[in-house]
Amino acid sequence: MNWVNAIVQGILLGGLYALFACGLSILFGVIRVVNLAHGDFAVLAAYLALLVVTTTHLPALATIVIVAPLFALLGYAGQRLIIQKSLDVSPLTTLLVSFGLSVVIQNALLVFASADSHSFDVGHLISASLRITPEVSIAYVSLIIFGTAVALLIGLQLFLSRTAMGRQIRAAADDQEAASIAGIDTHHVFAIAAALAFASVALAGLALGTYSSFDPSAGPPRLVFAFEAVIIGGLGSLWGTLLGGIVLGVAQTIGAQIDPSGGVLAGHLVFLAVLAFRPQGLIRARLAT
Amino acid sequence: MRVTRSRRSALWGIVGALVVVVALATLPYVVYADVTDLLVNAFILVVLASMWNLLAGYCGLISVGQQAYVGVGAYTVLVLAQNGINAYVAIPAALLVSAAVAVPVSFLVFRLRAEYFAIGTWVVAEVFFLALVRVRSLGGGTGTALPGLALIDPVLRQAVTYWSALAVAGAALLATYLLLRSRMGLDLTAIRDNELAARSVGVRVTSAQRAVYVVSAAGCGAAGALLIISQLNVLASAIFSVQWSAKMIFIALIGGLGSIEGPILGTGIFIAIQQSLAQLGAWYLILLGSLAVGIAMFLPKGIWGLISSRLHLQVFPVGYWLHRQDSPSPLAGEPLSSGSRDFPRGQGRGGGS
Repeated sequence: MNWVNAIVQGILLGGLYALFACGLSILFGVIRVVNLAHGDFAVLAAYLALLVVTTTHLPALATIVIVAPLFALLGYAGQRLIIQKSLDVSPLTTLLVSFGLSVVIQNALLVFASADSHSFDVGHLISASLRITPEVSIAYVSLIIFGTAVALLIGLQLFLSRTAMGRQIRAAADDQEAASIAGIDTHHVFAIAAALAFASVALAGLALGTYSSFDPSAGPPRLVFAFEAVIIGGLGSLWGTLLGGIVLGVAQTIGAQIDPSGGVLAGHLVFLAVLAFRPQGLIRARLAT
Repeated sequence: MRVTRSRRSALWGIVGALVVVVALATLPYVVYADVTDLLVNAFILVVLASMWNLLAGYCGLISVGQQAYVGVGAYTVLVLAQNGINAYVAIPAALLVSAAVAVPVSFLVFRLRAEYFAIGTWVVAEVFFLALVRVRSLGGGTGTALPGLALIDPVLRQAVTYWSALAVAGAALLATYLLLRSRMGLDLTAIRDNELAARSVGVRVTSAQRAVYVVSAAGCGAAGALLIISQLNVLASAIFSVQWSAKMIFIALIGGLGSIEGPILGTGIFIAIQQSLAQLGAWYLILLGSLAVGIAMFLPKGIWGLISSRLHLQVFPVGYWLHRQDSPSPLAGEPLSSGSRDFPRGQGRGGGS
């Protein structure tokens, strides 16, 4: 029964990874940018939420109403001021710029917040769980994070397929030039996509701080897991990202079940196996996001 | 119109490089060990940055995982030393093992598009790290000492380590120079300037990239061998740290991508910043990171790019020059010939006219 528990926990962990992967997917799918500082921005969001909690005494999860809009603004401004400018130099410049930002964010957090690790105080919720069988129980926190990831993916799907802005984003992602000929302000549209991506990064950061803990160096591993989820699931497919997150999560929990220190390695190996035998990912990408 | 590869300044460059190498080789007789230790560190960084530059500056492949080969090189030396082989003799073995490992790995990571290639290489480095940590005899997660060298007289050991590092750095730069001057160098320069155009005129982009990936891994493996030899111990989490990639990237970016001189200049600047600001702790990395971001955005060819475009200076010329002759030639009316007499060709975006 321990195995069943490992699989259940792995699926729920996949929700967290999908949450992280969402922002990466949007940025790459729409703007063709890989943000190497992705995990560090999530950790930055978690620290920001911590700051809000200590100054306003809001409950930790409520800080999302402040942190997510702030991050959306950051994404909008970052796209117009930094990412677009880097893209104009060369596509690979964005990688170098984001790598530099990653180092800057990690060390700035180290200076202003010390290397101590933190997690959010969510009261009784942290220990509450749904007991299914004597061996399998599901923590409400994990369930909430998984539900958030699914809700976010459904919301994004609806936004991209049903709204005018969503259509503009898909058009600009497909062919930037054609979209701008058709009268779309592609710079604005890209910035909206970046705002969405950063808001989802803020959500991921909060989820990380609730699920486990964070410190200034917690970002890079999250970036790697998010990236693995994207590739396992299949580039450009939102639901593939969720599936990829779940596969990665299950691989890690089963790996850890076999050998307590082997979880992360097992996840990496599954990723490499997918890369070797099914490089297009588990779900074939549909056009545009 | 006459095509040549070098100008007189380049000849002086080669003579100068030889003089510098000979002068550097005599240093252990002249200065104290703290100076040569600093230079060993510098030589390692020159090798790493040059190897990263080969990938990024010429192939358009941004790797964040070259520490995989730094680690493979260091652990190769460790395994051989544990079996009684002299660590200095093991340096070429480290180079070969790293190259051999890079071949199968390249088939995996090359499946990722340029943008995701970076994180793919990082995963590979993590896998190597997580796998090696599990080998108890190699020190596991707590590290282990390099056997054999501690018995040698420290002064001699430091001098030999210094000469090994100088030899590896010299060989890495010479290999880069010869590679770029070869036919493949022309392919690489074409890929650097425009990958799509290169592909369409028949450059075998993927095989050129794979060759460079393997060469770069070999160089990083040799640098890893030097690291374990100079430190006399190895810690898996340190040798496989993404910090090595950060150093390679910052040095190559600041010095100048897509030139041989850039990483050398960048190493000098990096060491100067490190020596003067390292006591600032995290602030030092904040400054360095910001500098790298600024240079990537506003000075994409780095400080060497600025110098060479202003002064028309090249120490290691790998491109071609067109010389205009006064006698009329079929190409005399070519718009290329307006302005200056000599035109560097294939020296980079916007180099030449």
